[in-house]
Amino acid sequence: MSSDEVKKKTIEDKLTTIKYNCDSESHLVLDAQLCKNCESRCCTYICPAKVYTYDENQNTINVDYENCLECGACKIACPYGAIDWKYPKAGHGVIYKQS
Amino acid sequence: MEEFQTQRFDVIVVGAGPAGVAAAVTSARGGAKVLLVERSEIAGTKNMIGGAVFLSALKEVFPDNWHQAPLERYINKHTWSLLSDNSSVDVSCDFPLKPKSASIFRSKFDSWLVSQAKKEGVYFAPSTLVKRLIKKNGYYCGIETELERIEAKVIIIADGVNSLLACQHGFRYDYDAKDTVLSIKETVKLSKEIIEERFNITKGSNNGAARNFLGGLKSENTPFALGFMYTYSDSVSIGLGVNLEDLRRYALNPSDLLEKLKEHPVVAPLLQGGEMLEYSAHLIPEGGFKKLPKLCENGVMIAGDAAGFVNAIHFEGTNFAFISGKFAGETALAALKINDCSKRTLKLYEKKLKQSFILKDLKSYKDVMENLYSRTNSLMNYYPKKAAEFFEIFSGANCISKRDEFRNFIVNFIKDRSIRELFKDLAAFISSIFGVLK
Repeated sequence: MSSDEVKKKTIEDKLTTIKYNCDSESHLVLDAQLCKNCESRCCTYICPAKVYTYDENQNTINVDYENCLECGACKIACPYGAIDWKYPKAGHGVIYKQS
Repeated sequence: MEEFQTQRFDVIVVGAGPAGVAAAVTSARGGAKVLLVERSEIAGTKNMIGGAVFLSALKEVFPDNWHQAPLERYINKHTWSLLSDNSSVDVSCDFPLKPKSASIFRSKFDSWLVSQAKKEGVYFAPSTLVKRLIKKNGYYCGIETELERIEAKVIIIADGVNSLLACQHGFRYDYDAKDTVLSIKETVKLSKEIIEERFNITKGSNNGAARNFLGGLKSENTPFALGFMYTYSDSVSIGLGVNLEDLRRYALNPSDLLEKLKEHPVVAPLLQGGEMLEYSAHLIPEGGFKKLPKLCENGVMIAGDAAGFVNAIHFEGTNFAFISGKFAGETALAALKINDCSKRTLKLYEKKLKQSFILKDLKSYKDVMENLYSRTNSLMNYYPKKAAEFFEIFSGANCISKRDEFRNFIVNFIKDRSIRELFKDLAAFISSIFGVLK
């Protein structure tokens, strides 16, 4: 999956252009049990900010909520409804300036 | 925030986008005491738009001062391109003296909207996240924020595509992935001169251009997607709207797809030398008429993206937002006047929507997206490729007799795939046209 590594860097580059006011706790909470049994793990590829990554050793999904663009795609795409998707606390999260 | 604690309002509007601001100013102009709440610190900073806002709707809400809004360029030139792997066939229109829309940055534009609303007496509460609506005796009568409860006679929900409030209180379900488009975009810095040159814009003018790209994604499994570009004053946007179900089904990453579009030999020169200023993502609700929510209940109405008011074919969304917000504001005033904010009175909102282009268009376009979606491969692959082949013959002197070339083209057009596909395309096309016109 070396090409994946390259693409991942690309998204990381893109994320550096965005300003955030990070919350101290995650506004995205996964149902770990549902995620353990999930085979497609579509959250790991449909997210435009690659917020979700799969930890093979632990069989868990890591959530980099700090990078979230608050689009809501993961919430709709997750076939198990395993993502408790909320907005970050008021005034927190992504701050678009030129979008 | 303390000043609001003991206050009661006539109207509370949740969400300070085009729909929310239109609802708030319309109510305030009629004498109502209005509170507009917004979860971000500065309105528009949670939002993304492909590029342009429709001026007709902006003028409806701000007839006197719309031209003071922070508009970047008037978009009067539109080009639609069918992209094959290495080529493009375009249709273009140009109305240099008749701008219909203008490119904007949401952070500047929405902040301007809010500043106008404040001037017209609307109370504005930024950095305020509504957790739930308050319901008493079957009537929605206030909001509960992270900090406090604020009451009002009418609540207008305009909190955008993800509308947690509408879902939470059962006005609608979450959208299905197939009815949702994930739009991602990059804002790219280019000098004014380069933009004017590349997009054939009169030097020093406020004119601008929009481009749309169908196909060209070089993907084995082609998702239903549309690329777009808009010109700003000294930057451009390049973006892609992709059907969320297709992303999921084909295990695609939206950013990778956008990279492919950016590398396309027709698109790349438009962006050459540009510096990325900002990356962004947003959802577009495309379920339309079939996924309409409950538009009103006792004490509450839903407007804009929160209600799924989008006509994807024509990129209409901001105009639906402005006008539905205005209707909600007018309805709130009518209800306050007779002191009856029941669903029966608020049905006036639904009536206004039905009599306007909003529900008329959503209804007549209800099958169009599904029809097109069902023909994804034709639209994204087959016709762009065939268009390229045709124009390669038409525009190239290939030292082969034109008769042979064209005959060959026609034979291949029919033979390259089963004839059933052609009829399916025709059926989808005719069904869409008749759906709109009948």
